[in-house]
Amino acid sequence: MANQYIKEVVNQTYQYGFVTAIESDAIAPGLSEEVVREISRRKDEPEFLLAWRLKAYQHWLTLSPPEWAKVKYPKIDYQKIIYYSAPKSKKDGPKSLEDVDPKLLETYAKLGIPLHERAKLAGVAVDAVFDSVSVATTFKEKLSEAGVIFCSFSDAVKNHPELIQKYLGTVVPYRDNYFAALNSAVFSDGSFVYIPKGVRCPMELSTYFRINAANTGQFERTLIIADDDSYVSYLEGCTAPMRDENQLHAAVVELIALEKAQIKYSTVQNWYPGDEEGRGGIYNFVTKRGACRGKHSKISWTQIETGSAITWKYPSVVLQGDHSVGEFYSVALTNHYQQADTGTKMIHIGKNTRSTIISKGISAGRGQNTYRGLVRMLPTAARARNYTQCDSLLLSQTCGAHTFPTIDVKNATAQVEHEASTSKIGDDQLFYCKQRGISAEDAVSMIVNGFCKQVFKELPMEFAVEAQKLLEVSLEGSVG
Amino acid sequence: MLAIKNLHASISQPILRGINLTINPGEVHAIMGPNGSGKSTLSNVLAGREEYQVTDGEVQLNGKDLLSMQPEERAAQGLFLAFQYPVEIPGVNNMYFLKAAVNSIRKQRNLSPLDAVDFIQLIKSKIKEIGFDESFLHRAVNEGFSGGEKKRNEVLQMMMLEPHLAILDETDSGLDIDALQMVAKGVNSLRDGKRSFLVVTHYQRLLNYIVPDVVHVMVQGKIIKSGGKELALELEEKGYGWLEGNP
Ligand SMILES: Nc1ncnc2c1ncn2[C@@H]1O[C@H](COP(=O)(O)OP(=O)(O)OP(=O)(O)O)[C@@H](O)[C@H]1O
Ligand SMILES: [Mg+2]
Repeated sequence: MANQYIKEVVNQTYQYGFVTAIESDAIAPGLSEEVVREISRRKDEPEFLLAWRLKAYQHWLTLSPPEWAKVKYPKIDYQKIIYYSAPKSKKDGPKSLEDVDPKLLETYAKLGIPLHERAKLAGVAVDAVFDSVSVATTFKEKLSEAGVIFCSFSDAVKNHPELIQKYLGTVVPYRDNYFAALNSAVFSDGSFVYIPKGVRCPMELSTYFRINAANTGQFERTLIIADDDSYVSYLEGCTAPMRDENQLHAAVVELIALEKAQIKYSTVQNWYPGDEEGRGGIYNFVTKRGACRGKHSKISWTQIETGSAITWKYPSVVLQGDHSVGEFYSVALTNHYQQADTGTKMIHIGKNTRSTIISKGISAGRGQNTYRGLVRMLPTAARARNYTQCDSLLLSQTCGAHTFPTIDVKNATAQVEHEASTSKIGDDQLFYCKQRGISAEDAVSMIVNGFCKQVFKELPMEFAVEAQKLLEVSLEGSVG
Repeated sequence: MLAIKNLHASISQPILRGINLTINPGEVHAIMGPNGSGKSTLSNVLAGREEYQVTDGEVQLNGKDLLSMQPEERAAQGLFLAFQYPVEIPGVNNMYFLKAAVNSIRKQRNLSPLDAVDFIQLIKSKIKEIGFDESFLHRAVNEGFSGGEKKRNEVLQMMMLEPHLAILDETDSGLDIDALQMVAKGVNSLRDGKRSFLVVTHYQRLLNYIVPDVVHVMVQGKIIKSGGKELALELEEKGYGWLEGNP
């Protein structure tokens, strides 16, 4: 009975499956040195960036896709992917919301993101990425008053090339992994944030991503730099239209926190997960890493992962500065044939560094959920501490949860603590709730929310509500 | 209030084998009987647990066909079961759970939900009655509660939900002497001449505090003897053997 109910909840069809008809100005499919040069040429990039892209491309050619993750998917034909596609718009692109293609705004409305209203009401500046080029940025003025730079990556390359040159690839070098190399070669756009010394960013910065044109791999590049004594909270959220062919997404996010700076990075990821049989859906191979460069700096990753056919993602923190803090809070939900291999790496280098990892995996249907974590205490990391808690909740008999924690301690004064649990929503729990008058549907969302509470409370208010709703929708029909 | 006629139920094998029982408004009935005789099965079947198949018979609650209702509808109709083994729900705050329960039952009865202020006032007065510390409200439902605390939590829920018919399945087991008196006080405070109780117990002692109108003895899925409150004393003295011999 519980099983049947969970099925109903989980089997709700994806609400965001629609395609916006906008003409795309794309480069023909395929990847070659010429394509890399063409991307750079169209974006009118400085020489150093082209050189860097080409080095990344050459390096990528020597690599083969990683196979250690617990995910299965057909071989990707990288020659069939379109590496550049910009929505055609009026000449020179939109200057304000009025200039934005109304179809596009409609799309955002369907996604529940009425750009002007919601952005203003919530005090959120939205740098909306539609396909590969940013088309609308709001609240620019308020931010620039504070000296905050929040713009598309392309704009940053034009207007602040020195910052790009100084920081790009310093946290995630193009040599880091297969997908990072690919991204470095062909990334089309993304977001850039710079918070100057002593500034507390006056609003939450938010980017909504949306994959649109068919067969367009998305290669976003995000770079966030928080200078000494600054603070920023950044939100990333996304949904994608339904389609049959798998789409590749290989983003790179780099965070840099200087002395006493704090960066809070929150993600709600809701891309198309594929249908009930596991057809279609997004492949999400992301490299996210933050560097706590300065003393007493702090980086927190919070992620709610409910979408994508495959998620391969390990937001990490390199704790270089003494007394720096890294945090990772994650909820990953897999349903139907979704596969998630996610977790984090906490690399402790500085003295008295601290890290916390809270990972909540929820599996339903035939979903496979893997936590993969690394906690490394280097010889220099005197008195460093880590606390890891990894919980799995199973909602069906056919799903799976796996945990692969790796702990590597090279300093005798460092402490590592690891806790793990696996539980099920049992028939007895559901019956207990129902006997108290609570419907099975409400009971499941109550239990799932309870399970995720530790993570939800790390999200900004606005987002927490959205995340809760998202889990409800993703789970409709799925108890067991 | 409750009318059970010839109720048969099984789980892989027949367990209840022809139960007949009528409880009038305001009455307290006690059921006693050896381990495994089917007392909890009866409680669960009445509450609507899906694992049990009802193979024959009928049950009416306030004139309505109970067996055709979903468990949550039965709750809305005023049936409450204090579980023999209360279930832990990790991560779900006890107070939040109670509020969800109270308000979903109110909703099913077309009543407006209690707001936070009213709810907190109500619950604070109830926890005092059963001797609970406020900290229990902020813990997860039954998680890490001691055996006796779980039972008291069941009584707290009962007092909040104010059912028409409350089934208490061994709510006295595992309670210390003070807690037993507090639980009995809680139950007695709900006795208003209309509300009915079905109390499953192994110990005559509870019945000194919650005085029953009728005592039944269940053996092998049947009620083989019913009597007044003296029957409990007799059972305490003689055990069940003398009855089982001559059903
Ligand atoms: N889920 C089940 N699967 C198999 N047998 C069951 C199940 N539930 C109950 N039974 C059996 O039904 C019989 C009656 O059980 P029940 O729990 O109703 O007894 P009880 O009278 O409440 O006993 P106690 O006084 O020990 O609580 C027992 O023999 C028990 O093993
Ligand atoms: Mg029992």
